[in-house]
Amino acid sequence: MINGKRVLVIVPAWEESESIDATVREIRDVLPEVDVLVVDDGSMDNTSEIARNAGAIVTRLPYNLGVGGAMRLGYLYAKQHGYDVAVQIDADGQHDPRYLPKLVDRLDESALVIGARFAGEGDYKVRGPRKWSMVMLSFVLSRLAKRKLTDTTSGFRACNRDLIELFAGWYPVEYLGDTVETTVRVIRLGYKIEQVPVAMRPRAGGTPSQSPVKAMIYLGRAFITLLLALNRR
Amino acid sequence: MRLTVLTAITGVLVLAVIFELLRRRQLREKYAVLWMAVGVLVLPLAFFPHALDDLASKVGVATGISLLLFSGFVFLLLVCVHLSWESSRLEEETRTLAEEVALIRTELAKREEREPSHD
Repeated sequence: MINGKRVLVIVPAWEESESIDATVREIRDVLPEVDVLVVDDGSMDNTSEIARNAGAIVTRLPYNLGVGGAMRLGYLYAKQHGYDVAVQIDADGQHDPRYLPKLVDRLDESALVIGARFAGEGDYKVRGPRKWSMVMLSFVLSRLAKRKLTDTTSGFRACNRDLIELFAGWYPVEYLGDTVETTVRVIRLGYKIEQVPVAMRPRAGGTPSQSPVKAMIYLGRAFITLLLALNRR
Repeated sequence: MRLTVLTAITGVLVLAVIFELLRRRQLREKYAVLWMAVGVLVLPLAFFPHALDDLASKVGVATGISLLLFSGFVFLLLVCVHLSWESSRLEEETRTLAEEVALIRTELAKREEREPSHD
């Protein structure tokens, strides 16, 4: 319970055996009053087992669907078990659960609260095509939302019950669709979105993708995703 | 003449394959009707490749064979689009099933933890 709200932390995890233990334990240490659901996205390693031993509720997809697929399952669980708030936190330890109560507080005003990396706190930096993608996305989505959104692809986000209901039945499985398209849809449906500045930490496991070719592909995909999202419905 | 032999043999073969697949219930009924119709339309053309020449000249295509090629291409394109749509729908359905399986397993694990079975 935070502010009298039942909170579920959803951690989508694919092959995160290196970091999932620390991530789950930290959330439980810092916030003993929330439930942690690890959605194992069809990992071939023992992510599920480690997460269960760390004290999380674990649900495991029989095959890999991608972050969006894992998240819809998480929201479905939240809906079926009557949670008031669902918070997405990445399994790699980038997101500091100490910011979570801050995000949940803002849910009194907004339906979706995004933990944003470039909003002043911390020193997260990107360059090149990846930066351009983020600039483009934040420009378009900020105009749409009529308020400043600097980090629309952040996987650190909290939402209220209305959106849990929505996301349990509709959550794009495509790469980037899970963040960009959901944001567009939520704005279009007339819900309020805001961001809260957060500092990101280096990942506990795994390596970030930083090759320029990948960054260019990322830019292209971001553009297509945005274009499609804006033209739907 | 040799062209007619070639197209006739091909036409008969295609129709035979479709019929055999239907007979063995390897194709769903909705596709069965479609492919039978295609077979029945194509077979006469296989024997008389110039049957479309009149229609072709009316719509401004040089020969009946070009017209057939063009409409065949458009038809196959539509079939491909349809199959992409069908496979997207199937993926969405398997995704829903995967979610159900995951939730049922989680529920089962919870219950077993609460009351360990004595088997």
